[in-house]
Amino acid sequence: MYHDTIAAVGTAMSHSGIGIVRISGEDAVTVADRIFRFKKKKLSLSQVETHTIHYGYIMEEGKMIDEVLVSVMKGPHSYTAEDVVEINCHGGVLVMKRILELVLKNGARTAEAGEFTKRAFLNGRIDLSQAEAVIDLINSKNDFAMKSAAGQLSGRLSEKIRQLREQILHEIAAIEAALDDPEHITLEGYKEALAGKLDSMLLDMNLLISNAENGRMLSEGIKTVILGKPNAGKSSLLNLLLGEDRAIVTEIAGTTRDTLEEQILLDGIGLKLIDTAGIRETEDVVEKIGVTKAVGQAEDADLILYVVDSSVNLDDSDRQIIEMIKERRGIVLMNKSDLEGVLDSRLLCKLTDKRVISFSAKEGFGLSELKDAIKDMFMNQELSFNDEWCLTNLRHKQAMGEALESLKLVKQSVEDGMPEDFFSIDLMNAYEKLGLIVGEAVEDDLVEEIFSHFCMGK
Amino acid sequence: MECQNKLSENMVNQKEAPVFAPAKRLEEVYDVAVVGAGHAGCEAALAAARMGMETIMFTVSVDSIALMPCNPNIGGSSKGHLVREIDALGGEMGKNIDKTFIQSKMLNRSKGPAVHSLRAQADKQEYTRQMRFVLENTDHLTIRQAEVSELVVEDGVLRGVKTYSGALYRCQAAVLCTGTYLKARCIYGEVSNATGPNGLQAANHLTDCLKALGIEMFRFKTGTPARVDRRSIDFSKMAEQFGDERVVPFSFSTDPDSVQKEQVSCWLTYTNEETHQIIRENLDRSPLFSGAIEGTGPRYCPSIEDKVVKFADKDRHQIFVEPEGLYTNEMYLAGMSSSLPEDVQYAMYRTLPGLEHVKIVRNAYAIEYDCINPRQLNPTLEFKKIRGLFSGGQFNGSSGYEEAAAQGLIAGINAALYIKKKEPLILDRSQAYIGVLIDDLVTKENHEPYRMMTSRSEYRLLLRQDNADLRLSEIGYQAGLVSEERIGYVRWKIKEIEKEIKRLENTKIGGNEQVQQFLRDHQSTELKNGASLAELIKRPELDYELVCCLDPGRPKLPEDVREQVNINLKYEGYIRRQRQQVMQFKKLEEKRLDPSFDYSKVSGLRKEAVQKLNLYKPMSIGQAGRISGVSPADISVLLVYLKQ
Repeated sequence: MYHDTIAAVGTAMSHSGIGIVRISGEDAVTVADRIFRFKKKKLSLSQVETHTIHYGYIMEEGKMIDEVLVSVMKGPHSYTAEDVVEINCHGGVLVMKRILELVLKNGARTAEAGEFTKRAFLNGRIDLSQAEAVIDLINSKNDFAMKSAAGQLSGRLSEKIRQLREQILHEIAAIEAALDDPEHITLEGYKEALAGKLDSMLLDMNLLISNAENGRMLSEGIKTVILGKPNAGKSSLLNLLLGEDRAIVTEIAGTTRDTLEEQILLDGIGLKLIDTAGIRETEDVVEKIGVTKAVGQAEDADLILYVVDSSVNLDDSDRQIIEMIKERRGIVLMNKSDLEGVLDSRLLCKLTDKRVISFSAKEGFGLSELKDAIKDMFMNQELSFNDEWCLTNLRHKQAMGEALESLKLVKQSVEDGMPEDFFSIDLMNAYEKLGLIVGEAVEDDLVEEIFSHFCMGK
Repeated sequence: MECQNKLSENMVNQKEAPVFAPAKRLEEVYDVAVVGAGHAGCEAALAAARMGMETIMFTVSVDSIALMPCNPNIGGSSKGHLVREIDALGGEMGKNIDKTFIQSKMLNRSKGPAVHSLRAQADKQEYTRQMRFVLENTDHLTIRQAEVSELVVEDGVLRGVKTYSGALYRCQAAVLCTGTYLKARCIYGEVSNATGPNGLQAANHLTDCLKALGIEMFRFKTGTPARVDRRSIDFSKMAEQFGDERVVPFSFSTDPDSVQKEQVSCWLTYTNEETHQIIRENLDRSPLFSGAIEGTGPRYCPSIEDKVVKFADKDRHQIFVEPEGLYTNEMYLAGMSSSLPEDVQYAMYRTLPGLEHVKIVRNAYAIEYDCINPRQLNPTLEFKKIRGLFSGGQFNGSSGYEEAAAQGLIAGINAALYIKKKEPLILDRSQAYIGVLIDDLVTKENHEPYRMMTSRSEYRLLLRQDNADLRLSEIGYQAGLVSEERIGYVRWKIKEIEKEIKRLENTKIGGNEQVQQFLRDHQSTELKNGASLAELIKRPELDYELVCCLDPGRPKLPEDVREQVNINLKYEGYIRRQRQQVMQFKKLEEKRLDPSFDYSKVSGLRKEAVQKLNLYKPMSIGQAGRISGVSPADISVLLVYLKQ
């Protein structure tokens, strides 16, 4: 146990209905007792039963600060496994600040970010992966992310990963046993058998990773990048989708020099919309940076909305964009369709191999068709996945990616006809990386990294 | 402590001339006392003496120095690695086998270079004689035939050893290498002799003193097969096993040309269903199964009765018939150690093709002996609780000559460094098989004789037998065991390897007709664009020697340099990945733990982990993680705790 007592505001520091000041440590009850007065009974908090709630007032030098409910949870059955007192007060920023200051004055110190959870971990109440799930849960932006973080807590996913690890370990054991006892354990026909097993493991892991991609889109929003030549109407499209004038729209080409990012909810699908600078050859240094950024954004986009000015002919910049989006998921919007058009939608369709929609950002037509197209793309088939199998944590996803790469190397070794003892190196790597996800392997930097992602009060 | 009290009493007695004690006792002063003259004792004594320590080595029989009481070979899978590492550090085993081998083979040539391993058949008598000759002619080294029965320990510091005759040898450090001699008992069938191996005198007194000092003891057992008369064997029914055409010496300082000599053959035969039948029918007469043997035997070096029980589905087991020397007809039956009664031994051996009329010279037997729980040692092989007391070999719960020699060397070096008040030598798991061996012994729970195995070494692609000199010579040199000449060569070699690799990476060749023809000839894909010679060498079907004809600018380099260039280029990707694993490993190894830390202070640790950590007191977080009963979750708790 850690002898000092810590405190922090456990809810957002903003005006809200209620706020919570949380105290944890040996003196949590004593500290709370010094500033709390029961409404009726002449009691002190140290006399009350654990896991009870009490109505009363926070007092400072005889003056009432707020009317509160105080919960007392004695260790080890509390969040930190220490004595914890939570003061449920009114949610005004000033009130919460004042109560916290009072708590600090009476013997607690300010908790560092993540310190409550760190204590829970150090006191053996939760393990590292549970601590990590707590962060994910706190940082969840929507229902889906929350659900998957909660799912992670109960470890449905880890079962699958443990199973993969077991399979890998089995192969390592087979190879090592044959090395140690070649007389009794033979590796005849082993390579062929291993190749088959690798394929099935790679399939599982690929599925986990693509699930993770889809999971990310669901929790963070589909990364949607708006591309087009200058003045094609990209920013108008963004504003139309946002329903407000977020981007600066002018008649002057090249107005958007940086990328703009906005979250929208399109009939239940989250989109992370990114407006970019128009793609063109330019001498303007600032604009050039914008163009480079746009290209970079497009590279890891989930969806590209290519806005074409249908009133002018395609030029080199368009051809550059078409080349860029060739293998990507995208929709072509023939903007300014309210004007006299010079472009043929069938030609565009052929050139881009994408769905083409006649559109006018100015008049607002084509919008519902665009929404439908996006929904078709992500709701029906392409975003289908198994939510019980979804890695939502970025670190987990990276580790899974590394494990996948290692198994691919094993496969390469098998194909290259390498002796079996070489397989162990990469099998072991895959095994360790998967272990990092389920907390069955430790790397030094990891632990620190996990706790660094916490916010105050947790 | 009882033992301590008795000894200090003796010392008082010397001053006051008591009535019942003899007036004078022999008393001498040394720096280091080595107890035992087996493979561990020899290396320990030589290392200490060569490092300038006045060293005395005790043995129950001078005629049995460096005795090979079991198999007549040195090396083998992973053990060959140990011998080469011992050699690179300045030990003697490699040199001694190079002088005395009668057959030599590089094993596992069909596998990767990490598991290539040298094994040589020794002329046992000659091996003993040569080692004794070296020991007898080493400065600062005294050999003494006597049984050490007590240790003099004052306030947790070793001050001397006493022999059974009462003589006191004051010293600053002692290395215990008692092998299989402590309270040894040899058993076959109903016969049980209280002797060490080969009928040699057992050491019956030291155990009690060790126990009195609070040292936890184990009782282990091992076994050996029968030796049979060569003239009674029909070799026409066996497969002849030849040595390599070109012998690779064990020692890096042995001239390879000097070991090309006529070799003798070994022979291969098999057990069969009839053999297994006889064994099964007589299992009740085996002391192993009847309970007469209480010691724990090695799982990885099982007796034939163990094998028949464990591999019940196998219809045969390999048996190698190996000569024990050039001037004896005794042959060793490798793979058939046993403690069955001698009539059963006869019956079962005679079922083997070629052994139908075999005559036994010495019976197979099992041997039981006292050893320590090695958890009580630091990785320096010094006892945690007794400063200046070191130990090595089977006394530490290992099995095998090579494992013993490796520990003896490290214990001897550290005993000398301790006296010189210098930093101890600890090899970690990424540096040497020796590091793996010692770390396993002192960290992992060990309930049977520990045998080195390839699979125990996780970074084995870096710990090859071919690069032991490059890995360890510098360390041996720092200790003072490697000569200037030797280290000069190793440093030159390292530079030459790097230079040649660079050259090959920078030598580009085009896809001209000569090159394409060469590639076609070797079933290799033709070049579209140019490539470097290094890239060609990496192809599975090519190697450094093969691409010679495309490389007119190649310098003349010695064989050992060429070998390293080839391996480093061919397996470059694997080596790089293994190095990354080592980097991860090192991070946790470098997080030191205080050996006096009380782990019960960390409430997040599970109870079992607290108990184990307090028992082992690991040196680093890395070592803590290898203790059984300490989970990754416990390690992450420790990591966070230590950063507080």
